[in-house]
Amino acid sequence: MKKIFQSIMTLVIAFATVACGGNSNNENRKPQELSGAGATFPLPFYNVVFEEYSKTNGDAIAYGGIGSGGGVRNLRDKIVDFAGSDAFLSDKEMAEMAPVIHIPTCMGAVVLAYNIDGVKELKLSGEVIADIFSGKIKMWNDERLTALNPGVNLPEASIIPVYRSDGSGTTFVFTDYLTKISTAWSSTYGAGKSVNFPIGQAAKGNPGVASVIQQTPNTIGYVGSEYAFAQNIPYASIQNQRGEFVLPSSKSISAAASGEIPADTRCSITNSDAIGAYPISTFTWMVIYKEQNYSDRTKEQATATLDLLQYILSDETQAITSEVHYAPLPKKAKELSLKNLKTVTYDGITILQ
Amino acid sequence: MNDKLYKILLFVATLTMPIVCGGVMYALVTDAYDAFEHFGFFKFLTSSDWNYTDGSEQYGALPFITGTLMTTLLALIFCIPFSLPVALFVGEYFNGTKIAAILSTVTDLLAGIPSIIYGLWGFYTLRPLIMAFDISPQGSGILTASLVLAIMIVPYAASLSAEFIKMVPNDLKEGAYSLGATHAEVIRKIVFPVAGSGIFSSYILAIGRALGETMTVTMLIGNTNNIPDSITSTGNSMASIIANQFGEADDLRLSSLIAIGLALFLITAIINMIGKIMIKRARIA
Repeated sequence: MKKIFQSIMTLVIAFATVACGGNSNNENRKPQELSGAGATFPLPFYNVVFEEYSKTNGDAIAYGGIGSGGGVRNLRDKIVDFAGSDAFLSDKEMAEMAPVIHIPTCMGAVVLAYNIDGVKELKLSGEVIADIFSGKIKMWNDERLTALNPGVNLPEASIIPVYRSDGSGTTFVFTDYLTKISTAWSSTYGAGKSVNFPIGQAAKGNPGVASVIQQTPNTIGYVGSEYAFAQNIPYASIQNQRGEFVLPSSKSISAAASGEIPADTRCSITNSDAIGAYPISTFTWMVIYKEQNYSDRTKEQATATLDLLQYILSDETQAITSEVHYAPLPKKAKELSLKNLKTVTYDGITILQ
Repeated sequence: MNDKLYKILLFVATLTMPIVCGGVMYALVTDAYDAFEHFGFFKFLTSSDWNYTDGSEQYGALPFITGTLMTTLLALIFCIPFSLPVALFVGEYFNGTKIAAILSTVTDLLAGIPSIIYGLWGFYTLRPLIMAFDISPQGSGILTASLVLAIMIVPYAASLSAEFIKMVPNDLKEGAYSLGATHAEVIRKIVFPVAGSGIFSSYILAIGRALGETMTVTMLIGNTNNIPDSITSTGNSMASIIANQFGEADDLRLSSLIAIGLALFLITAIINMIGKIMIKRARIA
């Protein structure tokens, strides 16, 4: 009850500050209303960040968690200020629209959650995961699994894989990893937001997959880390390229991005070769147009969009990530993104100096 | 003047419904057109491929049509042994008594429970039971979905059937009794033949309800895009595939999902129409 009251009060205060222009630390422009849409994966993080940002900066932000695909579609139709996406735009998608830039906002991972009676620790390798999800490893006491888990009493029971029935960035990251690990997976199933898994059962959304796993013995499935961390579901440690078995955590997820990152930050960091890296990690991005003058947007709106992105990239905001079960961006990604923001223009003139 | 205004208001209100229905129909057809054009109308309905791979996208509705028909048919079969006794109890044996009124109210209450509640009950109570009895290892599947659907459609079948059973003329029944018929014989030889098409139509309407049920089925059917090979295996119904994949679908996949929606719309409309015609006939007879 107290919590509800508190959040109502914060809302009231937030609206009040917006209404009166409030304590905007940006004296030379009016508070703006920004709208974005897209990925649901970073939604809990964005909710916290947007609320904080509105309090300090006066701008109001509306974000619709309609899925990465929908967000990008809205940006293509030029009806939002920014799109949230778990997958970076492909070259083909980029060619279909005006130039855009990708700004990573935080990091997350996909964890392998399982439900085996009496088993508290499970070690998996990429090849084994690929073979479980393609139905080649059928039993929990398969010798390849027992070899990875000496001393663990794996039952003689069929493995039931659980996957996402809806299109999802989580599925994309997971299958992107399997595609890198296994040529058989890549040629038969490939990577995508929806993939035809040959066996097991499917459920809608992270909550759906997680509750099927929690309710069904001998299941294994992939769940977004932000959800798995918050729910305390048992999940497996996974062997990375260096041979280390790594549990997903803020630290091991950030470590996955400590390698080389291209200048436009469009890269997949699954199967990272960095030390201590959790191999199924990912960035999540906000995508904005390089030229901000579209659909009658004002220069103030454009400036507000950049203010928001700079705010997200700031050290203070990045420090929040692990509190809400995400991982902070590595320094390199932040520097590249701040540089990319400086190339954003309004009517051909750069906005940030 | 007042009368005229009243007439206009009534006319506008009545006209709205056909316009809405026509609009829905129009939107479905135009949006589904791409899929039918790309795959061909009959090929779309009879293909069992549901392949997302970029470039070789292939969408066919057969697994979902099969899933819908299987769950609906099974639900109907499971529902008969529960709904028919209730209908006889309320409409014949205890017609007009207090206990019948209580029973029919309770049955009708079942219709008012939101489908998410049925879904949760199925997920947390029935599914573990299915697993405990070793009927299927994963619990979810056609059978689980059908069992819950059956309970959901019992009130629709039972209360309408009871109405038709009550409508059987008393002189017919009394005639049979005076010839020495037992109660069971009266039901078999008089009540069923007279109320038969009415009872049949009430089950048709119940089917209409089962066909389109989305939430419960999505939670229990297992959501796999294959033609179910047995009643315990997982599958997807027409409504559940739309609920599952609408969010992230675009282009051809979106159009295919809308095409499935159109097919479901048509199937439901036809079945309801059959039900209505049967009811009309039952009332005339």
